Formats: sequence, structure tokens, C-alpha cells
Amino acid sequence: MMLVVFALLLWAFGWWLNSRLASGPQADSQMVRFLAPVVFGLTIVGVWELVVRGLEVPLVILPAPSAIAVRFAGSLDILWADFVQTILKGALSGYVIGCGSAFLMAIAVDRWDFLRLGLLPVGNFVAALPIVGTAPILVMWFGFDWHSKAAVVVVMVFFPMLVNTVAGLREATAMQRDLMETYAASYWQSFLKLRLPAAMPFIFNGLKISTTLALIGAIVAEFFGSPIVGMGFRISTSVGQLSLDMVWAEIVVAALAGTAFYGLVAGIEKVVTFWHPSQRR
Amino acid sequence: MKQIIAVFTVVAVIVLFWYVACVPMNIKGVLTELERGGAEVQPPTASARRDLGEFGLVLDNSFAIPAAWEQGKPRLPSPHQVAIELWDTTVLKKINSKRSLVFHGWVTLSATMLGFVIGTGLGVLLAVGIVHSRVMDLSVMPWAIVSQTIPIIALAPMIIVVLYSVGVQGIIPKAIISAYLSFFPVVVGMVKGLRSPDAMQLDLLRTYNASQSQGFWKLRLPASMPYLFTSLKIGIAASLVGAIVGELPTGAVAGLGARLLAGSYYGQTVQIWSALFAAAILAACMVGLLGLIERSVLKRMGMAQ
Repeated sequence: MMLVVFALLLWAFGWWLNSRLASGPQADSQMVRFLAPVVFGLTIVGVWELVVRGLEVPLVILPAPSAIAVRFAGSLDILWADFVQTILKGALSGYVIGCGSAFLMAIAVDRWDFLRLGLLPVGNFVAALPIVGTAPILVMWFGFDWHSKAAVVVVMVFFPMLVNTVAGLREATAMQRDLMETYAASYWQSFLKLRLPAAMPFIFNGLKISTTLALIGAIVAEFFGSPIVGMGFRISTSVGQLSLDMVWAEIVVAALAGTAFYGLVAGIEKVVTFWHPSQRR
Repeated sequence: MKQIIAVFTVVAVIVLFWYVACVPMNIKGVLTELERGGAEVQPPTASARRDLGEFGLVLDNSFAIPAAWEQGKPRLPSPHQVAIELWDTTVLKKINSKRSLVFHGWVTLSATMLGFVIGTGLGVLLAVGIVHSRVMDLSVMPWAIVSQTIPIIALAPMIIVVLYSVGVQGIIPKAIISAYLSFFPVVVGMVKGLRSPDAMQLDLLRTYNASQSQGFWKLRLPASMPYLFTSLKIGIAASLVGAIVGELPTGAVAGLGARLLAGSYYGQTVQIWSALFAAAILAACMVGLLGLIERSVLKRMGMAQ
């Protein structure tokens, strides 16, 4: 019971610290913006640890963070193999194929007005559908290995990417297009020099949405059948064995991979669209 | 008008492509069946056909093409097979029958709606807290944003099993997953919406000597409506995905996710496709309904374009 009291005290302390940070003289500095969420996260983890230990919550309901960390450190090789199978092979290859083909399709859609009028409502409609449901079909077609996961990812990222890219390619204003016209620029010149750069914020928006979708697709597709490696497989079998510390370790990997993937795309965006108002400091 | 024609053309092309794709996808199975039925097939044995390309087989056995659209357990069912299955399992079956898609759809829909309402409610509350408290803004908001980059759905099997082990089952675990998935989009959208009034408008309220709560009810909340509806549409689609995925680890008892899983276990492709389309129709209806509500609300508020 002492530990639970400690947990409450820790919570109060974390909150007090953050209140001090938020109302202090440096409240708008980069430091505080970075420190406050870190303090909050550490407080949560600390409270979690103390409550689990204090109330002696069994492992099959909620493992303590320390138990998860021990399991994480102890099974790095398994986690790495799962990471390679699901993220690098399944999600990443599907992401590249899906976003690439959606980009090419978007250029075609943008070129022919009829296609844009017809395909864009359909694309918007499909983008809202529960596309993960295609996973059992694609697993049936492409087998249990990572090819089927990549296929699910392709289907999942295609339409969000298409809709965003088409919206972006229409971003250049009539005035700017007229200017290119007066330069006697060809279609491809005006495309490469004006409309593609103007579309970049939208394209990166699509790419960023797709990073999360890609991971979701690759993991959920493994629930429908996979070889004996992969994050979705490990999660579903470890849940079956009630070794929840392993499940949490996989979730940590998924969280790290998702954040890193998103961060990578956001970092590239910062370099490519340095001119955009949202990137200015 | 031109748009309707264009949409119909695109849909027609997709359906046509689907019919064409059925032929090479199903040709091997069809030829095996025809061979067993005693028909002349080129080449005559399944083992000889195994390594041949699908398109060559179609050209050699063009008489088998109609059969590719009527197979019992095809690799790719043709559109009319899916449509007939959908009609059979929604209209012709009794609603309480285990084979009725209306029954399974209702199981999924009820979990989705319950989770959506919980998730949206909590999301709006947290957003209000974030907008009004600087401490919460600094400490919680970054995590809400980061959580959108994480495949949260990986938690779904664990939530189901853990709740089952403490004695909670049925609709609640699925609703929790749905709530969890719709929660963060609503928080992020709603924070953006509640912050959308510009400094000029906030200053005006200050000159009126309006209190915090007056400012909230009369300016921030109305101004956030367009953002709220945008994130609600994202949230309800996410909720449905959550409910479907939440049905997978329970051993496929009822619901659209269970239909998907059972179909993939027993190779009932037509069943998978019809469950998929039922889920798609459900999602489209819910998003469409939200769109209608959005339009009428924004119109009454004088915000519609």
C-alpha cells in the first residue's frame, strides 16, 4: 500500500513540476517545450510501476515497465527479426510501391480533367473505408510471407496518397501558371519547376498519413496468417500464451518504429519544403 | 452532371476490370473442375497446367471463360456473385439468423457506435482541458500528437484478452478499442478548432468583459464545429476499423470481423468479399450521415460555404 501512496505523491510532484515549468519565466522556451512532455511521460511510467508493484497486479493483466524493459533487453534478437520482417520487408516495401504508384496515378489524374472528376470522389470514398478488411483476401492471394503484407499496405496507402497529391498539383495559382505560359514553358517544364514544388506540402501530408497506415496494415495483416516471425504474429501468439511482457515489448518496438518513420518523413519534408510558411521559424 | 458521368465511367471501368481480372485469377481452378467434369482441356492434366501462365491458359481454353465468373470458391469472385451473396444474406435471411449480414453488421455497428461516443466525448473533454490549461497543453499535447504516429491497433488483441481475463466480455472490449482509436484524432482536431478564433475575435470578447466560460460557449465552441466534424469523420472510420479488428482474436463469434476471419479459415471467398462490402457500406453510411449532420449544423450556424 505504501507504494501506491508513493505513486500518488509522484503524480502530485510531476504535476507540480510541470505547473512550475509552464508558469515560470521560461515558459515559452524550447527547453520547457521539450521538458514538460518528458516529465509527464516519466511520471506516468513511474506511477505505472509503483501501482503495479503496490497492488501486485498479475503479469497477465498489466506487466510493470521494468518487467517490459527486462523482456525487451532479453529478447533483442527476436524483436529485431520481427522488426525486419514486418517493418522493413512488409511495411516499407508496400509503402514505397503504394506511394509511388499513387503519385504516378495522380499525375495522370491531374492531366486529364475527366479522370479527376471521376476518380477523385471514388478515391475520397475509398480512403474512408475499412481497407484493412482486404487483408484476408490478399493473404490468400500472395501467401503468408511479407508479400501479402506489402500488398495490404499498398492498398491502404494508395488512396490517401492519391487524393493528397491531386489536391497538391492543383495548388499553383492561375497567375503562376500564366507566368509559366508566357515563358513558353512546356507541360513538363511547368510541372517540374512550378506545380511539383507547389504540391510538395500536400504530397508530404499524404506521405505522413501513410506512414501510420503502412504500419497498421502490415501488423493487422499478420493477424490473418503469417510465417512464424513478425510483429503481428508475435503479438497474437504472445497474447495467446499470456506473456504480456512480450506483447508490450513489441508495442514499444511498434511505437518506436512508427515515431521514427514519421519523424524521418517529417525531416525530409523540412528539407524539401523549407520555403513553406509552416516551416518558417 | 459532367461529374456524375465521370464517376459512373470510372466505376464502370473498375467493374469491367474486375470481370476481366476474374478470368486469369480463376482459370486454373475452373479448368480443374471442368477436367473432372469430363471436358476437353488444354493441357489435359492439372500438374501440366501448374507451371503455365494464366493468360496462356485462358487463350487455349477460351470456352472456360464464362465458368470463371460462376465458380463456387473462386480466388476472385465476380461482382455479381458478391452482389447476390450480399442480397441473400441481408434481405432474404432472417435478421436473427447467424448467417445474416444484418445481424453481424449490427454486432459490429453497436460496438463501433458505443466506442465512438465514448472516444469522442473523452476526446472533446481533453481538448477543452488542453486549450484552457497551459500545463496540460505542454505535457499532454505532444503525446497526443506522437500517439497518432503509432499503430495503436497493435494493442487490440491484448485489450480483448486482458479484459476477458478480468471478466469483461461482449461489446465492451471492442467498444474500448473503438474509443481508443477515435480518441486521438478528435483531441487533435478539436484543439485546433478551439484555437481557431483569431486574436481579434478573442480581443473583442475581452472588450465585452466576457468570462472564460462565456468565451468558450459563445466563440470557441461554435468556431470549432467545422474542425470537430472533420475529425469526427476520421474518428468514426477509425472506430469501425477498431471494432472489426477487435473481433478477430475472440475466436470469430459474431460481427463483420468474425465473418472475415471465418471466411479466410474456410476459403469462403464470396463470404469475405460480401463482409468487406458490408463493412464498406456501413462506413460510407456513417460518414455520409455525419456529412449530412455537418451540412445542416453549419448551415444553421451560417458557416456553410
